[in-house]
Amino acid sequence: MSQASLYAVVDSILEEIGNRERNLIAVLQSIQEHFRYLPKEIFPYLSKKIGISEAKIYSVATFYENFSLEPKGKFVIKVCDGTACHVRKSIPILERLRKDLTLSASKSTTDDLNFTVETVSCLGACGLAPVITVNDKVYPAMTPDKATELVNQLKGEL
Amino acid sequence: MPLTTREELRELRGKYEQSLTAEKKKILVCAGTGCISSGSLEIYDRLIALMKEQNIDCAVELEEEPHEQTVGMKKSGCHGFCEMGPLLRVEPQGWLYTKVKLEDCEDIIEKTIAKGEHIERLAYQKGGTVSKKQDEIPFYQKQTRLVLEHCGHIDATSIKEYFGIGGYQAFEKALFDMSADDIIAEISDSNLRGRGGGGFPAGRKWKQVKSQQTEEKYIVCNGDEGDPGAFMDRSIMEGDPHRLLEGMMIAALACGSKEGYIYVRAEYPMAVSRLKTAIAQAMEYGLLGDNILGSNFSFHLHINRGAGAFVCGEGSALTASIEGKRGMPRVKPPRTVEQGLFDKPTVLNNVETFANVPLIITNGQKWYKSIGPENSPGTKAFALTGNIENTGLIEVPMGTTLREIIFDIGGGMRDGGEFKAVQIGGPSGGCLTQKHLDLPLDFDSLKKAGAMIGSGGLVVMDDKTCMVEVARFFMSFTQNESCGKCVPCREGTKRMLEILERIVEGNGQDGDIELLLELADTISATALCGLGKTAAFPVVSTIENFRDEYEAHIYAKRCPSGTCQKLKSIVIIADQCKGCSKCSRACPVSAISGKIKEPFVIDQEKCIKCGACISTCPFHAIQEG
Repeated sequence: MSQASLYAVVDSILEEIGNRERNLIAVLQSIQEHFRYLPKEIFPYLSKKIGISEAKIYSVATFYENFSLEPKGKFVIKVCDGTACHVRKSIPILERLRKDLTLSASKSTTDDLNFTVETVSCLGACGLAPVITVNDKVYPAMTPDKATELVNQLKGEL
Repeated sequence: MPLTTREELRELRGKYEQSLTAEKKKILVCAGTGCISSGSLEIYDRLIALMKEQNIDCAVELEEEPHEQTVGMKKSGCHGFCEMGPLLRVEPQGWLYTKVKLEDCEDIIEKTIAKGEHIERLAYQKGGTVSKKQDEIPFYQKQTRLVLEHCGHIDATSIKEYFGIGGYQAFEKALFDMSADDIIAEISDSNLRGRGGGGFPAGRKWKQVKSQQTEEKYIVCNGDEGDPGAFMDRSIMEGDPHRLLEGMMIAALACGSKEGYIYVRAEYPMAVSRLKTAIAQAMEYGLLGDNILGSNFSFHLHINRGAGAFVCGEGSALTASIEGKRGMPRVKPPRTVEQGLFDKPTVLNNVETFANVPLIITNGQKWYKSIGPENSPGTKAFALTGNIENTGLIEVPMGTTLREIIFDIGGGMRDGGEFKAVQIGGPSGGCLTQKHLDLPLDFDSLKKAGAMIGSGGLVVMDDKTCMVEVARFFMSFTQNESCGKCVPCREGTKRMLEILERIVEGNGQDGDIELLLELADTISATALCGLGKTAAFPVVSTIENFRDEYEAHIYAKRCPSGTCQKLKSIVIIADQCKGCSKCSRACPVSAISGKIKEPFVIDQEKCIKCGACISTCPFHAIQEG
């Protein structure tokens, strides 16, 4: 994507949300929703627009778990490992997904940028544990086999 | 059209009260996160489509002119019984249909709606007893639902329905009939204590903020319910968002604030959208904005989405995050009531606390104090999860015992397991065991027992759960979420996690328990914020109650519950082994050897505990020991 069109996206987001320092997190969230990650190239521009240092923007972007400076997959699969899901065996599901997609703890996105697998602390759907989400859609009462089935189904949707 | 006077609000409420009572037949489809994931919205759409096909009048919105024949279709908040979802409540009978499937929709319309017949296969059944009505189900019988009273009973997305059940009555009373001091006195006398975990009296907090001599003050709602295994606040935000708004508006009146923020965690997208809808509706009716109902009171509300940091549940970290900064706690004092958000005096309460406020204003502090024990009155919502028969969201009077919650409401242990412990208060809490079953659950008695109510997550564990592993799990959570600002938490939790990891892996050393306790002591005494100060609680509490399990791991290299993979050993029972060598050939690491027709042996050094031999052995001679 060209620099001009990157900046155009930032401009429209700033216009909608506002360009004060207090809006920074909401602005970054919108940028991430648009690109599925935070392209670092925009930080200098954002810094000028909001009037805070690049370092400050970087510090916020790296503090919060939800922000990613690396591109994420088309399907972001989050395995809940909250207490309720953990005691109802969420880890075997995570292991199966990683195995199916040849991912690991250190490599969470597939090379073709189709899938990202990560854990989340609690989705608050504990009554249906263990749960996983794919792009915010919740899948209840999962098992490793159901996870494999789901991945195959998602592959069909690519 | 914005309402401009008290009379207009009353008139509107009267109108919708009538509509709501006139509407006899209703189907309330649960639209909480749980039921939606089980497909409730598809059922909602299908029911509407079917009624249209069959020319049955149905209304998705509360009617302005009531018609008795119309069937009201509602998207309700969470009933709390998520496991039995998708849930449907049928009015006027009060029947609850569980695990409803798309295929059931035709029957529901043809039998229940058209003829008023009950469909038994959809009712909750347990041990041969069919519970037709929701309140006949044991899970609900022992509950007292006050804060959650509307969840599952009205449309969560409609301000009209909220008006219809008397919504914004408490706010109206506070605005026109009470002074700021009256409101604070009422809340103080009610002894409402913060539901976020600390149990600090809400009235005292409000009074401190009111007394600050500054123009700007803020009302902030902590909806960053980060404790794993807790979802009470999510259900209130999704199921009864106007109740929360009303509570915050009353707080703003009492403290003289014009602006409020609701901080919701990113993992709750549905809560964010329901709150946004509710705020837009309240603005449309002139209940939020400038000169509300013709008075000189103005109040504006904003929503901030979290970005995935557990520590933001801590007051000063939360306000920093709203300011657009890294969510890191700061040294106190100054306290939040003096210098909170944007360095201005701030009331910071959690969702459930605010949701209690309209109840107290409407019914009075005396009524409120009649529920539960004197020092912790009211009810508490708990998220009941883990190895228990009925998981879900419950609300009981403070002071209810653990036994009543687990065995009466929760229906006992799942799969015939034996009760071992319950983890209360998430990563900041402790565990309660058999001996605590008759302990009344309230702020003070739990503190005495070395645990805390926390936000209200109850994770029930059976005899197959390893307590050392549970402690490791919580420590790994806290360690991961530690913001890194202060050394005791950043370094201390890391060291504690390392020790716990080596214990569950069978490399525990003599002195590890003492070292854990010493580290816990230092971290609790010196960490900067609540997250750090309480980080070691699960470890201390499991050591206190299950020291023998720690010792078994460290000295006997054995996991009593058989959970810890690395501590399992697989053995061949010599008497039963025929020496066929099948296991030896199946072993991926060549750990099994022996002579044909003589018992084989497993080299424990080489064994990776994969279990391949167990499933291969035709004589069932190999076992986990």
